[in-house]
Amino acid sequence: MITHEPEFLPPPSNLRGRLGRSVLLACRNAGRALLILWEAVLSLRFVFSKRSRPVVLQQLYITGIKSLGVISVVAMFTGMILALQMGLELRKYGQEVNIGLAVMVTMLREMGPFMTALILAASVGSAMAAELGTMTVSEEIAALEVMSISPVRFLVMPRLAAMMIMTPILTFYACMLGVVGGAIVGSTQLGVSVPAYIDNALRWAENKDLYVGLLKSFVFGIMITTICCYEGFATTEGAVGVGRATRRSVVISFLAILVVGYIITRLFYQ
Amino acid sequence: MIRFEHVIKYFGERKVLDSVNFKVERGETFVIVGFSGAGKSVTLKHMIRLLTPDIGKIYVGDELMSTASGADLVRLREKFGMLFQDAALLEWMSVFDNVALPLREKTNMSNAAIEKRVEEKLRQVNLDGVHDAMPSELSGGMRKRVGLARAIVMNPDIILYDEPTSGLDPVTSRAIDQLIDRMRLELKVTSVVVTHDLFSALAIGTRIAMIYDGRILEISRPRDFIRSQNEIVKRFLDAQYITQRGAWERTDHETQ
Ligand SMILES: Nc1ncnc2c1ncn2[C@@H]1O[C@H](COP(=O)(O)OP(=O)(O)OP(=O)(O)O)[C@@H](O)[C@H]1O
Ligand SMILES: [Mg+2]
Repeated sequence: MITHEPEFLPPPSNLRGRLGRSVLLACRNAGRALLILWEAVLSLRFVFSKRSRPVVLQQLYITGIKSLGVISVVAMFTGMILALQMGLELRKYGQEVNIGLAVMVTMLREMGPFMTALILAASVGSAMAAELGTMTVSEEIAALEVMSISPVRFLVMPRLAAMMIMTPILTFYACMLGVVGGAIVGSTQLGVSVPAYIDNALRWAENKDLYVGLLKSFVFGIMITTICCYEGFATTEGAVGVGRATRRSVVISFLAILVVGYIITRLFYQ
Repeated sequence: MIRFEHVIKYFGERKVLDSVNFKVERGETFVIVGFSGAGKSVTLKHMIRLLTPDIGKIYVGDELMSTASGADLVRLREKFGMLFQDAALLEWMSVFDNVALPLREKTNMSNAAIEKRVEEKLRQVNLDGVHDAMPSELSGGMRKRVGLARAIVMNPDIILYDEPTSGLDPVTSRAIDQLIDRMRLELKVTSVVVTHDLFSALAIGTRIAMIYDGRILEISRPRDFIRSQNEIVKRFLDAQYITQRGAWERTDHETQ
């Protein structure tokens, strides 16, 4: 069951009690979140069913198209900043043509997945937590459960599907725009011609960089959905609770993105 | 049909249900009345397992509802329709979609059949011409009636109503009362109605239960209920100007 009964824990007596309880609760919540994820993954088989299709399409639109603007701007400027910073250093050694490689690899490996995930967590993820949180406190989730309509299948699965598809696509798009931004700075500020920049970027960047980056973003997409949906369902106490759920979902998503991003990098680049 | 056996429920330190015992018979309209915060909604939520008793058992038919899980719980819940106190409509779906939701999700009915059924139910709750409205555009009373239409759209055996007439004008309230009564008479539906409105309780109830501070004070038929000797029940009746003679009277007019 997704709806939980209200909890009343006696106030902890001392610091150790408080710490111990936070750890235990964190573990339990992580377990509950994983159960939601598991059920959502199992119900992905309904993603193309007639009744889910419109909802999935709508979520794809919200996740993908609506975030395009801010991702474009951020990606472009990240590429430009990277090119400028590294270009100025490399110019001291006459190596400024290598900004192509530097921008491409940085974007593919780290900045692309990382930035896209942060933007999606802050915009799409927080909206998920707020929506589901509002539905929880106004008993809409309970009403779904009473009708034996699984809130996970009905609400989480379309969001998960949309994020699984859209995060890698948006990440790839962000990387490409970042490279374009780098090219613009290269040709206008550093005197690196566009063909030389592209040539340099493509010669040294590996396919592995692309794949690991996309894998990372895929994992980030799943994590953001799980965390934000879990926080939404766990909301209690009205409007204040919705605010708290939204804030927690964004903060936890950011931390998880950083930590898991590091772990994946460590796994693939020893 | 629904049986509570010594149900005790704590919220933290607070005992919100204190050894509640009662049985709702098949085909009955069981009305639960009581002061605000007495535990009426909590009782109703126990029936459909949105809450689980700390101690005690709840049966639906012959099956134990209070420990059911998985497929059993789904099957038991399918017998129920429920109107929530604040309607609990999905805000991002139109009125039509809200009412059609259980039909679309749980049955293989064709679109035409779904449309026909939804029309019929909306007409039964005196709502016409709001199909495409979003819940946020409706008044409180209209939302309640949409919630009611959704609760009855699957033609359930048991319907739970949490304050079906609060916030409605008197005419619509009586129409809802008649709807509840008609479902009992024509479709043999078992209903549990939580209400503050003693007039409708007396009009539709086959039995009335009074909850006070988590305990059942009195369960009796309407005509015995208004003659109750229990002090708290009397106070509750007096507050709604219901005297033992049945209707209300204002003495100051008579003396003029
Ligand atoms: N989620 C909750 N968390 C904490 N306490 C609760 C919760 N829900 C109900 N209660 C408490 O349980 C008691 C009974 O509440 P309930 O909702 O059943 O009242 P009610 O009889 O339905 O009142 P009303 O007529 O105002 O709807 C109240 O004292 C309330 O404070
Ligand atoms: Mg209530």
